[in-house]
Amino acid sequence: MVAKTQRASHAPKSPSSARERSFDDLPDLDRIIHERLRLGIVSALAINESLSFNDLRRLLKTTDGNLSVHARKLEDAHYIACHKFFESRIPRTEYRLTPAGRRALETYIKQMEDLIRRTRGE
Amino acid sequence: MLDRQPHRLRRPYTRRPAQRALDDLRYIRETMERSSAFTATSGGGQILMGVTAIAAAVIAARQPTSGKWLAVWLAEAALAVTIALVAMSRKARRAGLPLTSGPGRKFALGFLPCVVVAILLTIAFARLGLTPLMPALWLLLYGAGVVTGGAFSIPLLPAMGTSFLAVGTLALSFPARGNAFMALGFGGLHILFGFLIARKHGG
Repeated sequence: MVAKTQRASHAPKSPSSARERSFDDLPDLDRIIHERLRLGIVSALAINESLSFNDLRRLLKTTDGNLSVHARKLEDAHYIACHKFFESRIPRTEYRLTPAGRRALETYIKQMEDLIRRTRGE
Repeated sequence: MLDRQPHRLRRPYTRRPAQRALDDLRYIRETMERSSAFTATSGGGQILMGVTAIAAAVIAARQPTSGKWLAVWLAEAALAVTIALVAMSRKARRAGLPLTSGPGRKFALGFLPCVVVAILLTIAFARLGLTPLMPALWLLLYGAGVVTGGAFSIPLLPAMGTSFLAVGTLALSFPARGNAFMALGFGGLHILFGFLIARKHGG
């Protein structure tokens, strides 16, 4: 549903050098988890089997609306799976990282490391 | 949508890519460390500690002297510490984080002062022959340590600490029932909260 590797449309058009290029102008950057809150959700879920909506909201210090919107985008990209259920008649929402989400995070981390290495090497 | 607390994404796109990459990697690491508060405490370890505490309460209740009674509980304390450390380090290893990372360090800083006070007061109480008050002392100080150490962790930990404070208060009122309160606190509460942590926070 959502393209995994879109380029930023609002990046500066005329970078003076590779080093000074806009971050968002880099090729193959995963725009889904490039966004800071979504990156936080994926990172938190990477080391927890599952986290509830409230756990994530508290951990990432964000609002219900923000978390809901960004979690939905990750769900649409099949990076996280959402499980809704009732616990003592109270509705609960629990998130888990999917294998695709874990791969996306690993790829993103590798891209960041490569970028740092390349910049230092230049 | 009204964003009451804008998160730190909104940074200029003109920032140097390498700097932004470093920031992102740091953010990933910090988020993982913060969220590892959800995993650092081992529910399975707590259940095991609870079982050994109930066994220790049964054994301690049969001891003829206060010295032997104290020896049973000190042995149980050593066993519980070993179980907790092994369980926490295994869980941290599984999560790919060192035990001494952010949340673990914060918990230790909040928890250890109470442990030191408990050791010093145990020695003082033993010298003064105040053995019947020791269960209340241990339960209250353990509860205080868990509340302060768990302040930055999952909500279950401060709740567990508060429950220990409640049981400790009862033990203070009924010192003759020390073993029963020890079984209820270090046994029952550890099993109950251990089960909840294991179920909700990945083991």
